Amino acid sequence: MLVAGFLGFGALAAAQQIPLGVAVASTAVIWALPGQIVFVEMHSLGAPLAALVIAVMVSSARFLPMTMMLMPEMRDERHRAWKYYLAAQLLSLSGWTMAVVRFPQMPRAQRLSWWYGFTLVLMLVSALSTALGYLGADRLPPLARLALVFMVPMYYLLILTGAVQTRGAALGLACGAIAGPLAYLASPEWSVPLAGVAGGSAAYLILRRT
Amino acid sequence: MTELWLLLAACGVATYLWRGPGVLLSAGIDPRSEAFTWISCVAYAIIAGVVSRMLVMPTGALAETTAFERAVGSAAALGAYFWLTKRNLLVGVAAGAAALWLLKL
Repeated sequence: MLVAGFLGFGALAAAQQIPLGVAVASTAVIWALPGQIVFVEMHSLGAPLAALVIAVMVSSARFLPMTMMLMPEMRDERHRAWKYYLAAQLLSLSGWTMAVVRFPQMPRAQRLSWWYGFTLVLMLVSALSTALGYLGADRLPPLARLALVFMVPMYYLLILTGAVQTRGAALGLACGAIAGPLAYLASPEWSVPLAGVAGGSAAYLILRRT
Repeated sequence: MTELWLLLAACGVATYLWRGPGVLLSAGIDPRSEAFTWISCVAYAIIAGVVSRMLVMPTGALAETTAFERAVGSAAALGAYFWLTKRNLLVGVAAGAAALWLLKL
């Protein structure tokens, strides 16, 4: 499903005349589709380099709370510290979501190796999809491209609604869904962290007050 | 050309500035603590916020679709996922995309 997003990204990079190698490498180096899209779009606009790097960084602020939430779930005395720093580079929205769904049924000691296996496959498939989208960009009719792009929110919609197991998760998802569009109205470029902190804090307060 | 690769490397480092400190800061956090509960609420809210913004106020390619088309697509995806199949992600997502396609034909 992730394939769809990276196919679309590859097609975008081709249209903006980014070299194929850079487009594919960005999937491993940045490893965040919104950040990669910002990178390609701003580069083609001739944006100042510092502004570009800052925009890419801001678009990925979600990784801080996501990493902070996931790492304690994978912690086990047998693993060395550096493995967690490498594991953090492999974190993406899809990998995180799948981990949140799978971890409750998985013994703690196995979680880190599962994470490495799953996310490396994700990254490899995404890199291949980027190349495929790049090379096939002109051959796809616009309607098929649109359907591909629509698969991205559908994927997250289903996996998130299917993943709800605790009240905290349900409240966080519900408050975030409301806060997302509202924060976008307030500030498009800061909307993601803003919606997270506002929606998440509201969810936390509701959870603790009721 | 070299400049573009350097720029990509800088973007990679900038993104890692959220990931690395996340590991460091999480070291002192107990998964049962209140701080952790709040952080997981924020993490869930971030993802839900991104997805709902994509569906309610899309930018880019999806901006060409109407809210009605996206709502029908979402309903088709949820229906196929929860009722028609026993939570088959592939079928659910495909149903959503197919519904959007049919509406656009």
